[in-house]
Parts: sequence; C-alpha cells; structure tokens
Amino acid sequence: MRIVVSSVLVDDQDRALRFYTEVLGFVKKTEIPLGEARWLTVVSPEDPDGTELLLEPDGHPAAGPFKRALVEDGIPFTSFAVPDVQAEFERLRARGVRFTQEPVRMGPVTTAVFDDTCGNLIQIARTHDSP
Amino acid sequence: MVSDIFEALAAPARRAILDELHERNGQALFELCARLAMKHGMGMSRQAISQHLDVLEQAGLVTTRRDGRYKFHYIDPAPLDAIIERWSSPR
Repeated sequence: MRIVVSSVLVDDQDRALRFYTEVLGFVKKTEIPLGEARWLTVVSPEDPDGTELLLEPDGHPAAGPFKRALVEDGIPFTSFAVPDVQAEFERLRARGVRFTQEPVRMGPVTTAVFDDTCGNLIQIARTHDSP
Repeated sequence: MVSDIFEALAAPARRAILDELHERNGQALFELCARLAMKHGMGMSRQAISQHLDVLEQAGLVTTRRDGRYKFHYIDPAPLDAIIERWSSPR
C-alpha cells in the first residue's frame, strides 16, 4: 500500500490551481472532469512522480465550519517540506502571501504557516539534522 | 483583580505561555501549542492550553484580537504594574 494522493479542500478549484502553481510553484499533473468539478492534482516539480496533491472541492456542508474552525485557531490543513523556511517565507511574502505564523524554530523543526487563499492554512517545515 | 493575577501566574504552563508571547507577541492557538510541546516539553491538549489562556485572559494578562478569520493572542503586562507598585512604592 502506498500513499499516492493527499487532498486539500478548496473553495474554488480555478483559484486553487493558480495559487498552488503560480504562487507556490507546483505543476498540474491530472485534470479529469467529474460532474461539476474536476479531479485536479498538482505535484512538486522536484518530485513529479511523487505524491499528488488533490485540489478537492469543499462543497460538503460540514467542510465550511470545519475549515473556519481550523483557520481561527491557526491550524494548518497540511504541511510541505522546504529546504529553507526563512527563504521560502521571504519569497512567498514578497508575492503577497499572508503568513499567520512567521518562521520559528522549535527544537528539531523550523515551521511557518500561511493562508492558501482557498480557505486553508498551510505549514512549511524543515527538520534539522542536529538539535 | 490582583488575586487573579497571582493565581494566573501560579501555574508553570501559564508562565510558559507568557514567556512565548513575550518572545513573539500575537500568536494563534496552534503556534502556542506547538511552542509549549516542542520548546517546553509540555504535552497538553489544545483544550487544556485554551483553558490556561482563558485564565490569563480573565486576569488581564492576555488579550485576544481577531484579524479577519484569524484569532491571535497578545501578552499585556499592564496588570503586573499593580504588583510592583504594591511593595516598591514608598510608604
């Protein structure tokens, strides 16, 4: 068994595709029409055959309250690995991305949290080799 | 009010929360929980930390502000002035 896809619940697939590709830098992998929505995934250009991120519509009535509650408490929906959290923070902030948590080192990890403009917070993290 | 401050400061977890807000003011609950777990080894539930924040807020040592859809916590050291005044001012 392997994990090949993980999802984020987005309020608008077109806006999500723009943000996750043009701002974050992922690339579109699959786009298959499925009724009103699409099976729409992106991958990291550094790992094009790696785990796909599904930009999944958040139309279920429970999704809205769930996402709003997470955002209010600053809880990220998912997390991406980056080699340098501070550099990524500066790159994204320069592109207008709103951070709810600026980079901070906590023991073995450095993390930061930003808003994906589609109703989610996303964490970027780096695990340090030595404490 | 002053007795609330002493009670609020009595718990190590609440002092750690104030330490972390003093280091960086304006944190979401998630960041505070992560800092307490990773930096202080305090493995408390989010709900327990929320309750500690409520005590600090009732004592006036922490305020929360909404910024759009986010909620941030801020340290307010003003109530501590009353403690300093109490024993340091001339009789």
